[in-house]
Amino acid sequence: MTHASVHNEILDTLAASAMPVNSLQQQALQEFIRLGLPGPKNEEYKHTPISRVLEKSINPSLPFQSEGKVPDEKLWKLNSIPAYQVVFLNGKFVAKQSQLPQGIDIIPMHTARDLQVVSDHLGKYADFKSDSFTAWNTAAWTDGIFINIPEDYTVDTPIILYYLHDATAGQVKSITRNLIIAGKNSKVTIVEKWFTQGSDAVISNTVSEILLREKTSVNHVVVQTDDSNHIQYLHNQFWQEAESLLNSYVITLSGMFIRNNTRVALDGACESHLYGLYLLKDNAFTDNHTVVDHRKPNAFSNELYKGVLDGKSNGVFNGKIYVRQGAQKTNAFQSNRNLLLSDQAVAHTKPQLEIWADDVKCSHGCTVGQLDEDALFYLRARGIDKETAKAMLLYAFAAEVIETLPHDGIKNFLDTLIRDRLHNSF
Amino acid sequence: MAKDNDILDEITSKEYEHGWTANIEMESAPKGLNEDIIRFISAKKQEPEWLLEWRLKAYRIWKEMKEPRWANVTYPEINYQDIIYYAAPKQKASPKSLDEVDPELLRTFERLGISLTEQKRLTGVAVDAVLDSVSVATTFKEKLAELGIIFCSFSEAVREHPELVRKYLGSVVPMTDNYFAALNSAVFSDGSFCYIPKGVRCPMELSTYFRINAANTGQFERTLIVADEGSYVSYLEGCTAPMRDEHQLHAAVVEIYVMKDAHVKYSTVQNWYPGDKEGKGGIYNFVTKRALCAGENSKVSWTQVETGSAITWKYPSCILKGDNSSGEFYSVAVTNNYQQADTGTKMVHIGKNTRSRIVSKGISAGRSQNSYRGQVHILKRATNARNFSQCDSLLMGDKCGAHTFPYIDVENNTSRVEHEATTSKIGEDQIFYCMQRGIDEESAVALIVNGYAKEVLNQLPMEFAVEAQKLLALTLEGSVG
Amino acid sequence: MLTIRNLYARVGDKEILKGIDLEVKAGEVHAIMGPNGSGKSTLAAVLAGREDFEVTDGSVEYLGKNLLEMEPDERAREGIFLAFQYPVEIPGVSTINFMKTAVNQVRIHRGQEPLDAVSFLQLMKEKMKLVDIDQALLSRSLNEGFSGGEKKRNEIFQMAMLEPRLAILDETDSGLDIDALKIVANGVNKLRSKDNAIIVVTHYQRLLNYIVPDFVHVLYKGRIVKSGGKELALELESKGYDWIKSEAEVA
Repeated sequence: MTHASVHNEILDTLAASAMPVNSLQQQALQEFIRLGLPGPKNEEYKHTPISRVLEKSINPSLPFQSEGKVPDEKLWKLNSIPAYQVVFLNGKFVAKQSQLPQGIDIIPMHTARDLQVVSDHLGKYADFKSDSFTAWNTAAWTDGIFINIPEDYTVDTPIILYYLHDATAGQVKSITRNLIIAGKNSKVTIVEKWFTQGSDAVISNTVSEILLREKTSVNHVVVQTDDSNHIQYLHNQFWQEAESLLNSYVITLSGMFIRNNTRVALDGACESHLYGLYLLKDNAFTDNHTVVDHRKPNAFSNELYKGVLDGKSNGVFNGKIYVRQGAQKTNAFQSNRNLLLSDQAVAHTKPQLEIWADDVKCSHGCTVGQLDEDALFYLRARGIDKETAKAMLLYAFAAEVIETLPHDGIKNFLDTLIRDRLHNSF
Repeated sequence: MAKDNDILDEITSKEYEHGWTANIEMESAPKGLNEDIIRFISAKKQEPEWLLEWRLKAYRIWKEMKEPRWANVTYPEINYQDIIYYAAPKQKASPKSLDEVDPELLRTFERLGISLTEQKRLTGVAVDAVLDSVSVATTFKEKLAELGIIFCSFSEAVREHPELVRKYLGSVVPMTDNYFAALNSAVFSDGSFCYIPKGVRCPMELSTYFRINAANTGQFERTLIVADEGSYVSYLEGCTAPMRDEHQLHAAVVEIYVMKDAHVKYSTVQNWYPGDKEGKGGIYNFVTKRALCAGENSKVSWTQVETGSAITWKYPSCILKGDNSSGEFYSVAVTNNYQQADTGTKMVHIGKNTRSRIVSKGISAGRSQNSYRGQVHILKRATNARNFSQCDSLLMGDKCGAHTFPYIDVENNTSRVEHEATTSKIGEDQIFYCMQRGIDEESAVALIVNGYAKEVLNQLPMEFAVEAQKLLALTLEGSVG
Repeated sequence: MLTIRNLYARVGDKEILKGIDLEVKAGEVHAIMGPNGSGKSTLAAVLAGREDFEVTDGSVEYLGKNLLEMEPDERAREGIFLAFQYPVEIPGVSTINFMKTAVNQVRIHRGQEPLDAVSFLQLMKEKMKLVDIDQALLSRSLNEGFSGGEKKRNEIFQMAMLEPRLAILDETDSGLDIDALKIVANGVNKLRSKDNAIIVVTHYQRLLNYIVPDFVHVLYKGRIVKSGGKELALELESKGYDWIKSEAEVA
């Protein structure tokens, strides 16, 4: 798929849609045309050949499978956690599979689009003028979910968004768009998870705008375990008002080609924690781009991203911290740690501080290294075999990322996932 | 210690102290750049044909290139046809000794505190003085020649040691490297050349002093240092320019070729005119500096104290090709008023067991923007490579900016890279503590800033360190309170 | 030497000093005691000129001058010395370099010749003995990586170097073991003379066993609620502060 064929695809999607094209979509389309797909000269995609992969993997002359069968629940559902669920199949909301909570508005995007509250917020936070994938999504999403949590409301169990793909009979495109508004003083935990059945190529492009009103508390967990032929673009844009608290987790255990944009705008004296873990092997490619934008004084942010790279995998991290003029008394910390396990694996890391206010405390640190040989020897000297010792140390390295996850059920689920992954494959 | 106090005492309401111009009769090329100008420069310097061809080739490459705009600096478009590419003080062709140098020229450098009269020099520093486009004089040449050390102006090297120049020119910074390196390759007018033979430890500091004097003139000097096996040299570079309302372009190239077991230490105190308090005038300092650690166990240390220039665009780099070679980069960059600096380094680890260390201290005040940009690249065969980077930024006032852009690319799984960066405000409690002991605020700031930059200043030779401390204090004047 | 009248000070909206009156004469040692949060350290900071505190009422006269109008460094040059409760670390600046800068600025202010390197070192060596401080410590960055005891000794060393007229010791005993306490107290005692005065701010009576005060004042809720001789400190030691608190509440 080239820029031109994506352009055609957008036009086809808009033409096929029952809804009239609105001005946001028109604007986004113009931006998409202007931006083109990012090439190697694009600083934001310097090590991320997404356009090349797209061109190689997706054949624009073949049709996309819009229909399909929901895969067996056992394959994708988190049974250990009581939760509400929102299910998409090949980019379309599936009502039959979804279990929605009462008491809050939770409406598929294709019907929610023209609600006043949606048009007031949609496209206002996720910047579609600098990234053509977000522009694509904004112009021609096929579905998504709108979640509106009322003031003072605590959602009792997590809401899990499952993005399922049936790629057994042809390539799949899944362009989903979400808007989540957490009303004043509300609490919610949201999980996003992907699963693909079949071996045909999948391009998924998911953009969410998540608004945290005053005093809200939001946990947001991204679980990437899809090991199919899946090219994934994910953009989560958080917007935080005063006294809100965000805990964001991006856990990547497999994936052929993943680009994650996690962006937080701190628009009040609020608090943000961003955690990420990428455990990559074989030819896996994952790029985490994060932006922490301190717009107002007295906010706190802390970011910890860790990577373990084996096989021929490639891990990219780019973390930006902006402290705008006037955002005095900002405390912002960032850390990126990587372990390279094989001589074919590559790590690129670019932490970045851009600071225009003076009364701040900011720091970042990053490392690329190996497992501590002394520690490994110590364990082996106690009779633990090399593979187990290695797995133990890797687990200790990785587990730090999820240690503070406030939801025990999800934490245990991720813990098991990481443990299994490390004992079985590294 | 004693000097610290002298320095602090000296801080009065002085502004840029080297802002005067000297009345020296000049000879210059007409404005603008084309192949004829390049032929003119080459002819003026009586260069061999191969060098002219080399220049023309660079010019043709440059014409096809675009000026880089990725740095975190903003400035209006430069009209490259509005610059004079060659200006030289009128004097007898290549003075054989200092006695033949125009006394007015000697006085110009005396005023800068650089005595070219050897017997007046107390310390062991040999100087190559460059005014606008040409080298004026080189001191201690004979003494150095006894050891086989060649230290002379670039033009002289082209005449006297063409085989060395031809072999190493462009070997570290090829003309295709970047826009300003290509421009420099086409029009460079003079600079210093230095060759340290096998096994020789250069007994004195070698130094180049650059001075832009003429108006509307760009300065494009080129320095080439070749350190043969097992040799050592410490090289210093200083610079000043008059205060002028218009911006002046300085696009220099420094190439250092380091062979097996050799060690080169290159220190810069950059004090080009920074422009006035409103950001008017000042030098655009777009410089390419690179060292190639070609041989095993070779070592390069860059130390820079950047206080001047309206805009600084400069990344002294180390290509660590030889096994066990090492590179160091120590930098203090201070910006005040409307200055902009985008500076840092590049450490490219190619050989096994290569080591690099980066210590960068940025200080921003006024409305200035100060960026650190650095790359650490560990290539596939760089087994056991190590890098440690520490980048700190200090902010004074809420109108300035401090930015950090490290690029870390690791392709080898036996290497270790560590990068740390911090940004903070100058400590009010520290200032209060000093003041409680009777130290006035301005001195307190100077004291704290010098302490903050100590790790870098310690790398400089004594004489330079004192100069650098003085400059730090001077640059930050009036930035607190 | 120092006359404080009806001094009020606050930080932000919080009133901390609420009408302090205190008279200190040359040759005297005053102890200011009081429970945590009573305003002891605030009083010390206000006298030294810390800008975080806003003086809202009252006056402070020092050697016939209005102290509140002076910058912190002017106060220091006029002979006010504050031994900090938490001495600040300044990386890269050695204590020697720091003291040389300070001593010479103070000397110039007093119309004396600045000291050259040799006489400065001589002076330093002499004063070092007073607090038994190691020269190696003074060559290191100011207070950086110093233990609690080393920091406090460094403060008294600086006091000896600067020869203040009025020294204010803010909780100098906190974090010191008994040996370090004796060394510090001993250093202070050697600096006592009929020409200078010392204000000792402390929570515990312990330090006052070694630096014996002429007067003891109890500060509570921003006011001096009781004054007396050195025996008052002993009384506080045995009875605790509750006794003062209830007495103050009744009044």
